Amino acid sequence: MSLVTPEAFVLGMSALGAAIVMIGILGIGIGQGFAAGKAVEGVARQPEAQGDILKVMLVGQAVAETTGIFAFIVSIVLLFANPFINML
Amino acid sequence: MNLGPRIIFSIGGVNVTETVCYAWIVSLILIAFALISTRNMKRIPKGSQAFAELIVEFIYNLVGNTMGKQNTNFAPYIGTLFLFLVFGNSLGLFEQRPVTADLNATFALAGITFVLIHYNAIRTKTLKGYIKHLSDPYPFMLPINLVGELAFPLSLSFRLFGNITGGVIIMMLLFNGLEGITENMEITIPFLLIGIPLPANFFFDIFEAGLQAFIFTMLTMVFIANGMSAQDHH
Repeated sequence: MSLVTPEAFVLGMSALGAAIVMIGILGIGIGQGFAAGKAVEGVARQPEAQGDILKVMLVGQAVAETTGIFAFIVSIVLLFANPFINML
Repeated sequence: MNLGPRIIFSIGGVNVTETVCYAWIVSLILIAFALISTRNMKRIPKGSQAFAELIVEFIYNLVGNTMGKQNTNFAPYIGTLFLFLVFGNSLGLFEQRPVTADLNATFALAGITFVLIHYNAIRTKTLKGYIKHLSDPYPFMLPINLVGELAFPLSLSFRLFGNITGGVIIMMLLFNGLEGITENMEITIPFLLIGIPLPANFFFDIFEAGLQAFIFTMLTMVFIANGMSAQDHH
């Protein structure tokens, strides 16, 4: 039985961390779906305001997306620019 | 695996990367289009002049509707930003790295937005009113409000960078995967690359590019207008 080298351990744990960080996307899915559902309700009630509702919905969804983008950036830093491997 | 932009050449220790070169190319194309479409203008527009007038009218309507009719003097900057972002985001169509898949580029654009927001807020509200607005509702909230103001360009730049970089990574995975499948079938020509990546290309390089450019310009407009008119509500 061979022992795990420190490099392999750090790399494996980083990959695991990168995957766990992406759980943060869950909240965005719920939030964006909620916004889209409310937008559909708005369009059904007032079809002539479709353009404005679409614009506001897209901007709101983009703002809601920010936390997920931060999670994604943490994830790609762990995968492609790993800061821990240089500490060994 | 290296995700960063390639370095094309360097002058005296300053590296000129793909991002900078493609940004120059996009700017040159936009300048050339503007010059060609405004040369010998006719009263009844035709050809490229009609197309340019369509774009200009769309931008002026958008700025007028979002920032108010009295603020249409921001339209030239907003239009330039929108066109640059649309072309810069969709460079993936030509198998090149998008300009905005680099944090330096998006952070520079967000920095311009940040300066515009605060310059215009000070210009319309005077320095005293601006500080009063920052220390709203109580003076001890000033540091918290300052952090909130500083976080805005950060989230704006990270949003654009993250969306475009995510698209780049997924396109890279798709191309490498399809190539790997054909290599395992021991066929030297990667025939699976014909047509199969098209929907992904459409989504990431046309839909997402336009959407992210629109969102960036929209948030810029909303926050500039918000900073200028906040005094009306009190």
